[in-house]
Amino acid sequence: MNYNVNEKGYYGKFGGAYIPEMLYPNVEALRQNYLKIMAEPSFKEEFNQLLKDYVGRPSPLYFAKRLSEKYNTKIYLKREDLNHTGAHKINNTIGQILMAKRLGKTRIIAETGAGQHGVATATVCALMGLECIVYMGEIDIARQAPNVARMKMLGATVVPALSGSRTLKDATNEAIRDWINNPVDTHYIIGSAIGPHPYPDMVTRFQSVISEEIKWQLKAHEGRENPDYVVACIGGGSNAAGTYYHFLHDENVNIIAVEAAGLGIDSGESAATSVLGKEGIIHGCKTLLMQTKDGQITEPYSISAGLDYPGVGPMHAHLSKTGRAEFMSITDADAMKAGLELSKLEGIIPAIETAHALAIFEYKTFKTDDVVVVSLSGRGDKDLDTYVKYFKL
Amino acid sequence: MNRIQNKLKENKKILSIYFTAGYPSLNDTVSIIQNLETSDVDMIEIGLPFSDPLADGPTIQASSSKALKNGMTTEILFNQLKDIRKTVSIPLIIMGYFNPMLQYGVEAFCKKCQEIGIDGLIIPDLPVDVYSEDYKSTFEKYGLVNVFLITPQTSDERIRFIDSISNGFIYMVSSASVTGSQSGFGDDQKYYFERISNMDLKNPQIVGFGINNRDTFKQATQYAKGAIIGSAFIKFIAENTVENIKQFVQSIR
Repeated sequence: MNYNVNEKGYYGKFGGAYIPEMLYPNVEALRQNYLKIMAEPSFKEEFNQLLKDYVGRPSPLYFAKRLSEKYNTKIYLKREDLNHTGAHKINNTIGQILMAKRLGKTRIIAETGAGQHGVATATVCALMGLECIVYMGEIDIARQAPNVARMKMLGATVVPALSGSRTLKDATNEAIRDWINNPVDTHYIIGSAIGPHPYPDMVTRFQSVISEEIKWQLKAHEGRENPDYVVACIGGGSNAAGTYYHFLHDENVNIIAVEAAGLGIDSGESAATSVLGKEGIIHGCKTLLMQTKDGQITEPYSISAGLDYPGVGPMHAHLSKTGRAEFMSITDADAMKAGLELSKLEGIIPAIETAHALAIFEYKTFKTDDVVVVSLSGRGDKDLDTYVKYFKL
Repeated sequence: MNRIQNKLKENKKILSIYFTAGYPSLNDTVSIIQNLETSDVDMIEIGLPFSDPLADGPTIQASSSKALKNGMTTEILFNQLKDIRKTVSIPLIIMGYFNPMLQYGVEAFCKKCQEIGIDGLIIPDLPVDVYSEDYKSTFEKYGLVNVFLITPQTSDERIRFIDSISNGFIYMVSSASVTGSQSGFGDDQKYYFERISNMDLKNPQIVGFGINNRDTFKQATQYAKGAIIGSAFIKFIAENTVENIKQFVQSIR
């Protein structure tokens, strides 16, 4: 079984590029050039240099001793939260800004939900001196004020998405409309492993540095490159894609994908796409998405803005349908509890997105000598308000 | 021969009007179609509303949201249209995004269109290559014309390919934009209209996006076979009754 994208842009039956003709020239130029550009020695050198000196990579692979004792297994945390800007998102934005420059683009657009990808995009635009416009749902702007301030301070223009439900899905629609209106000078930095081919593959490749590092880091810790399990939370699925990438074809490595159950799978307030979604088209790709019987895309719910997306990347849809990955879903309540637990046991406050991945230890039993690597995709600073209110701290 | 193909043979400039089904009210669909026909419009695009219309500007987005709030669904639209051919003979096209059709089932959707007497489909997010490999034979089986978009950025080579797989007309997007977002045409458009006109394509071209009055209709049809009006009509119908549609059409030509 092949879990990578095929030459036509599909993962099994998922993927492709379902885009209006207006976007075709840009997406086609990207498709024809992305692998060539990524293979250029000068690109690799610049990318790796920035990941090292600017982002602070490699991110540590940390053996979480007290957490491991509690759950009687060996838990390693891949510390993406220690990256510059506080999450894995910057791995992709560094890659894409270098790509945009080589494609001769001078204007950058992005969508953002919680603001993490918006901040990571605004950061690299400042670094490269490029104009940056970030689309963000009007409702998200109100509930993520600190990240809006960060983007502005970094020189980006934050444009409220006023259409539809005024959240991430609509911010993505607005960014796509901007690209239709500005087809010549603009590059769209998509923040997750979604969108028309080649975006899911390109984003996955930029994020694959996560699993590349896990391999050699685990070798130093455990004397072997491959863990028994890799675990990551999934919204669109970019940190998960990067965490799984180099283990996809080693069937001895079990893959666990953790979705947000929100208030519960059957509550009507959930974002567990693999359970509640059906095959369809969202934002330019064929994948699993939450929709009505009539094919209208519905609004998901999760306490974590980063998992609050009605679709899942096409690679993950394929991993789900083929059974290569085990999909679990975790409620708001369990995620919050796991976030607090990691804070107290290890002195690490995780993003609420990440806390979903940590909550699986309450539900799944591992063997004492199993090596379980969890992607600690982001830090919890942005979520302090939510934690404080939730636990009345 | 299909009604669209017949209409395109006539020696006149085509005026095609787009409206969103279920807007302003759920049950306006049939009376809007009838009034457009009696107002001497040549072709009608019935918009199947979608929650996430990527290629549309604020006017059509808002009409789609309202139509969905009003309760419009694919099934309801087909029901509203089931006897439409008893009263009108104008070419009818359904324009909508691909996901609702995919959920209905592409073959079932096409079959239903044939039963009703729909003549063609415009699906902006169904790419040319996927259509030609997976769906062309289904569309043809049910006698449906499929219409593709081209833009000022579309290469000559791709336009030739689109021309080769089209069997009605080519939808010429006037400029790099979403629907309803500009006023008047400049030199760029003129150059683009001329360039396409000089390609001598087998399918006639109909210009859409940015046509909103007599001037823009005239400019567009100087080079092309016809023009499509969407957002401007949606704005009109929001503020007027269906009986006044004639006034709108008369303001265009």
